[in-house]
Amino acid sequence: MNSTDRGPEWSLQTSDNTNVIVLSGDWIAQQGHVPDFPSDGLRQAQPDLKLTFRTDGLGRWDTGLIGFLWALKQAAAQAHLEMDADTLPDAAHKLLDLLPDRPAPAPPIPRRRFAPLSTIGSLTIDSLTEIGTVTELGLETAKGGVASLTGRGRMRLTDLMSNIRDAGPSALLIVSVVNFLVGAILAFVGAVQLRKFAADIYVASLVGIAMVREMSAVMTAIIMAGRTGGAYAARIATMQGNEEIDALTVFGIPVSSYIILPSILSLTATMPFLYLYGSLVGMLGGFTVAIGMLSVTGAGYFHQTLNAVALNQFGFGFVKSIFFAILIGLTSCRIGLQAGRSAADVGVAATRAVVVGIVGVIALDAIFAVIATTIGL
Amino acid sequence: MAPQTPDTDSRETLMSLQDVTLAFGPKVIQKGISFDIKRGSIFAVMGGSGCGKSTVLKSMIGLLKPAAGHYLVDGEDYWTSDPAHRQTVSRRFGVLFQSAALWSSLTVGENVALPMQMLTKMDAATIRNQVELKLGLVGMLHAIDQYPSEVSGGMKKRAGLARAMALDPDILFFDEPSAGLDPITSARLDDLILNLRDGLGATIVIVSHELPSLFKIADDGIFLDAKTKTPIAHGAPSWLHDHCDEPQVHAFMHRERETESGRTD
Repeated sequence: MNSTDRGPEWSLQTSDNTNVIVLSGDWIAQQGHVPDFPSDGLRQAQPDLKLTFRTDGLGRWDTGLIGFLWALKQAAAQAHLEMDADTLPDAAHKLLDLLPDRPAPAPPIPRRRFAPLSTIGSLTIDSLTEIGTVTELGLETAKGGVASLTGRGRMRLTDLMSNIRDAGPSALLIVSVVNFLVGAILAFVGAVQLRKFAADIYVASLVGIAMVREMSAVMTAIIMAGRTGGAYAARIATMQGNEEIDALTVFGIPVSSYIILPSILSLTATMPFLYLYGSLVGMLGGFTVAIGMLSVTGAGYFHQTLNAVALNQFGFGFVKSIFFAILIGLTSCRIGLQAGRSAADVGVAATRAVVVGIVGVIALDAIFAVIATTIGL
Repeated sequence: MAPQTPDTDSRETLMSLQDVTLAFGPKVIQKGISFDIKRGSIFAVMGGSGCGKSTVLKSMIGLLKPAAGHYLVDGEDYWTSDPAHRQTVSRRFGVLFQSAALWSSLTVGENVALPMQMLTKMDAATIRNQVELKLGLVGMLHAIDQYPSEVSGGMKKRAGLARAMALDPDILFFDEPSAGLDPITSARLDDLILNLRDGLGATIVIVSHELPSLFKIADDGIFLDAKTKTPIAHGAPSWLHDHCDEPQVHAFMHRERETESGRTD
């Protein structure tokens, strides 16, 4: 505080014919020390007399003083005392005039009732409605896809190609890094155990089968859910906020043809190939570790891999990748369309799309595992 | 409170709202909305901020189903008709959104072209000609290959107008066309709207609270009140300015501050 500053002070002086509020000192909010007007501050005031101000000693002031005066104005209104603001500095009078006599009423506190049955009921209805909506969206998109195949569709090829470019080639690097490391980790873990039985060569089988059957498909899908699914949801949610989806709706341009179909098709077209690529890179990761750590030759590793991984394992992973692509595309587009219209909603939609995508992929993979076991694959 | 209205003209009614209530869930935005829009007129939906003007527009362009009442276009109920018919009617609409709502991943030219590519059988050359024509009408031909993020607010509005005209609609809806524009750009947009009405014979519904613009272009309108959530006056903005004695309408039309007693000062 500057040495010339004086602290804010106030007092109520009453006589038989006046109630005077005396204000003195500097009333600067950011310097602190600005007093609150107490709720019983006018208890000593003479009833039925005007409340006036004396400001001879008032120094510098800002909204700190206005805050104090507003509380005083409310207290005066409550005590039915008329306030003569003309005796205040002109600027303070004008600001005070803008403020109401009463503060805004506190919002009602929502009553929380414990109603488990109705909560379960509404959750069930919401879930079933959502399943219905997603199914409807999926069917509409599938119809659009079939129409496009027969040349009657409304999807633009340019949209599909730009989506494929975004989903495919630009994802190669991250798919390579993740799958290489997963393959290497599997080889490390396997090497430690298999070496005990002098079965080093079986690291090739372990890495090959694990990558082709499970890890490459799942890891690639998780990468795409985080990378592309999140981007789809954020893009569509932003379009929602900019009224771009409304503009499509008014024109009668189906969102399914313009946005959803190219998104799903581009994922479906790229993910199976990313999976195949990921499998090979994963096996390369395993090979690198095996050559470095174990007494395995390159040719031996190669032959063991060829013997262990049957072609139908690739088919299984390939089919799974297609389903993962449809799941990620459909859920992320749906979440984007469902988003609110604020900037925060875009972030929420992107996060939800990633979470739902990842959980969905793993759940779907579990279903595939059960099916594969049942049919003996 | 009975809406005030001047004598209506003798032109044929194109659209009408009959006792429409608009609501978001349990929250009523406006109720008891009834008015007719004559073919070839420029109809203004007026009122202060937050009174539900844009919501009325949303229901008229098919984005919000009214909680009650009827919306007739050429005598047919829009919301109770089957979706295919509704789609046919919507094809007659062209909408300029408040934010212009251009598709941000497409250039200005592609924005105008997309509805033609998706909804008509026009070949690429015809579409290109049409796009150039529509952009030429609004003076935006030079920005045909620019993205919406590369053009100014006024240019976005003009591009939005060109897109609204893409399918040659006979009913144009404008949501706050002058909002955020400087007075000169705003005046140019007004002239453009008048020329389009006269040149294309379109019927125009405009949501606005820009008084100079309303006085200049609108020949009929309705005034919505935020407090009572009902329309409180009908008539052309200039007529309401001179004759309406509703305190809120008077305050609005004369840019006055409304006092708590309902009188103006």
